[in-house]
Amino acid sequence: MSERPGIVIVGASLAGLRGAEALRRGGYDGPLTLIGDEPHPPYDRPPLSKHVLAGELEADATALPHLVSLRARWRLGQPATGLDRAGRTIRLADGSDVPFTKLFIATGARARTWTEQGADLDGVFTIRRREDAVALRRALSRPPERVLIIGAGLIGCEAASCCRDLGLPVTLVDPNPTPLARILGTVVGEVLAQTLRRSGVDYRPGARVRALVGEAGHVRRAHLQDGGAIDTDLVIVALGAVRETAWLARAGLVADSGGVTCDGACRVLTREGPPDVDIVAAGDVARWPNPIYGGRAITVEHWGNAVEQAAHAASSLLRPAQPKPYVHLPAFWSSQFGLNIKAVGLADGADAVAIVQGDRASRRFLAVYGRDGRSVAAVSFDQARWLPAYADRILAGAPFPPILDATDQRRIETLAPGFPPLRTERPVLEMAHV
Amino acid sequence: MRVVVDLNRCQGYAQCCYAAPESFALRGHEILFYDPAPPDEARARIERARLACPVRAIFVEAADLHAADVQESDPSKVDLPKVDRP
Amino acid sequence: MSDDTLFAEVLDGANRANPYPIYERLRRRPVSRQRDGAYVVSTHAAIRSLLFDPRLSSEDLPPSRRPRTGNPFKDWIINPLKNRVATAHRPLIFRDPPDHDTLRGFVMKEFTIARVNNLHGRVEALVDTLIERCRGRDEVCLVEDLSYPLPVAVICELLGVPEADEPQFHAWATQLATALEPDARRDEEARRATVTTFDAIAAYMRRLIRDKRRHPADDMLSGLARRGDRGEPAMGDVDLISTAVLLLVAGHETTVNLITNGMLTLLRHPQELARLKADPERAPRLIEELLRYEPPVHFRTRKALGAIEIGGTTIPPGAPVVLLFASGNRDPERFSDPDRFDPSRDDIQHFGFGGGLHYCVGAPLARIEAEIALVTLCRRLVEPRLMADPPSYRAGASLRGPSNLGIHIAGIV
Repeated sequence: MSERPGIVIVGASLAGLRGAEALRRGGYDGPLTLIGDEPHPPYDRPPLSKHVLAGELEADATALPHLVSLRARWRLGQPATGLDRAGRTIRLADGSDVPFTKLFIATGARARTWTEQGADLDGVFTIRRREDAVALRRALSRPPERVLIIGAGLIGCEAASCCRDLGLPVTLVDPNPTPLARILGTVVGEVLAQTLRRSGVDYRPGARVRALVGEAGHVRRAHLQDGGAIDTDLVIVALGAVRETAWLARAGLVADSGGVTCDGACRVLTREGPPDVDIVAAGDVARWPNPIYGGRAITVEHWGNAVEQAAHAASSLLRPAQPKPYVHLPAFWSSQFGLNIKAVGLADGADAVAIVQGDRASRRFLAVYGRDGRSVAAVSFDQARWLPAYADRILAGAPFPPILDATDQRRIETLAPGFPPLRTERPVLEMAHV
Repeated sequence: MRVVVDLNRCQGYAQCCYAAPESFALRGHEILFYDPAPPDEARARIERARLACPVRAIFVEAADLHAADVQESDPSKVDLPKVDRP
Repeated sequence: MSDDTLFAEVLDGANRANPYPIYERLRRRPVSRQRDGAYVVSTHAAIRSLLFDPRLSSEDLPPSRRPRTGNPFKDWIINPLKNRVATAHRPLIFRDPPDHDTLRGFVMKEFTIARVNNLHGRVEALVDTLIERCRGRDEVCLVEDLSYPLPVAVICELLGVPEADEPQFHAWATQLATALEPDARRDEEARRATVTTFDAIAAYMRRLIRDKRRHPADDMLSGLARRGDRGEPAMGDVDLISTAVLLLVAGHETTVNLITNGMLTLLRHPQELARLKADPERAPRLIEELLRYEPPVHFRTRKALGAIEIGGTTIPPGAPVVLLFASGNRDPERFSDPDRFDPSRDDIQHFGFGGGLHYCVGAPLARIEAEIALVTLCRRLVEPRLMADPPSYRAGASLRGPSNLGIHIAGIV
């Protein structure tokens, strides 16, 4: 080992792992350390809310493949608690300090927990980590009398799908008019609302849980804001995620629960303004100006971004003289109720939506979103094959709607997408997907 | 062995399902379900699936990749400490 | 030679043995307009992009004249009349969604993983038998000895078509395969010949399907024909016949090229032949590289429904669009040293089976047949040598492959 401490990656999940690989692929031959707060080597999270809950996969089956030899030093089970930028060291939870020459931040996010009344009750779960999925799976197989899911975002709907597959009674409560309303709008969300109901989910749009009440320390009932109540003995809190930036609080960076702010090349910005060229960030935690959306600073909490941004950030570390802007078209997939939902782009803020392939009645369709006359996003329900064409048009900033005279295209009707107004209590956090 | 599929890329061509039916299955119109931890004996079939994928979405860990890694903490002995959050 | 006649050169039989230099000239532009109004797409990126573009149609007919599928009244009475008028049968390679998806869905329900993978042992036995027949000779005529009879036997067994009828449908199949070539589709006389041939093979299939309904067996045609009897959604008879004909023709007219091109390529690269012989596990990557390097189908023609701007060119509505898969496979922007046959390369994202929604249904079966044929040939033929290089080629520029491949051998083991 050389005397220099080398590159340290904080965060040993998908972005950290792919970042490490990109550094090795990019020719970095020096010392490489990965620090992870979880005791496990990097693992894949998407199966947790699907196949692990359903009992089809063991939680420890999702360890991620390494694609190149990392020759790395691993410090797992050790959360970072502080960053001393001047001293070039990271403080770990056990009090030790890890020096670095260059730093790669990939601490990701954690599940937003239930903070209202009943937060300390047994039987209240989130789904983010392997242990969460294991505990929830165990509780589901007991089985509960009724599962209550709070939040009809991607994770909440996937969990509802699993619970129905397991034959469990499910109530899904969400303040918006339809599921996925914040990321896809109500026009598309309504298709999923019908699917939920057809699958036997007791779906309660426009409702909020006010308090969870227990008996002998275990949750028994949820009280709604409108005065109603739901008997439940298992609650899944699916309220999105909060970025893991607490350890950066005194580092002189622009970091908050919405992420750590970077320049276009994924290098973190200092409070004084200029980037610290020896520190980059990637994945859920990184907020950067995305040229596709007019340089608007966004975080993208999706698998594909973790992979691509990690590679980009690694290249920014290795070649500081040639910083290149990170251009990324966000993309995600979700499978639920037998449907394959895939999306590209950021739909929130769109002022128009059109069904451009297939039709909603058959639940096989592709919708495109427009903003100020430009195409900004697209979502497919069991129509993934056309998505690359729409992704290309969105990347090219094509007018809305981008593709006319297409096969399997009915008369195009432009609708208001139906995004709920931003909740005033947390305006910043909801920019990325929940 | 370890496998991951980039499901953003996957288009449901199902070529992997023919090549390694124990490890890959298509559900509904285009949902791919796969085993991320197939047994080592399946390596030849998994490799076939990887090569047959028209969009190159399947990633497989090469054998013996961890030889040069150093574990400074034994995961089995580590308790999850709490981080102070403001 | 000017660029707007390059595709005519591709079609010219004189260039059949080596069209790749013409492809290289075509790739100077991702999309080039030809004098006859067709647009040839030659780069990997442009082909990939258009494969996913819903503005490209596989239909010959405008939407108003297309018989819709899935309605018994239309399938039995209206569509046959319309087909007469349109003089076109319309199997799923000439269909757009949603009809294409409906038809393909029925086929996929019968083209099951178990059914296809169960053919493995049968293919091995067939290959051994066919090679055994060459014992005592010092020459193998690969096409007639193996590349043609193997896929014919396999597709017959899979569909449930009596192999004894092969002499009867051989000529029909050859004619229908040439009908996929662009010059044949433009020529009125060739079009009429195709219709006559289709009538003959359709009558044959109609009888066969009637038999399957009475005496069902464990084969694809019985499965397809009997779905309706079991009260499940099913194809009408018109679609059933076109589908059966398509599967029969496509099932062997393409695989014959894959196997023959494969052996030709191995004989031209003796070190790769030796490596495959020593390590049959190498076959899967060798087959993928073969599908890139010498694909069995070189191009398919579609039609632009709307104006498509791509690679600095605007394809106007109604224009024929040639997706030149074999050229995309040799694109140096995508593959390093693309004209080198190198099974060791790790990034073989080819168009050997097309791509997008029309991706070859039979791809898994073609892979099995080609792999077993090539591995067994390498193992059993002693000191194989090409008798003529280049060999003579079949007429097709799209379904391209040798018409005969003479191989000198010192024996069979």
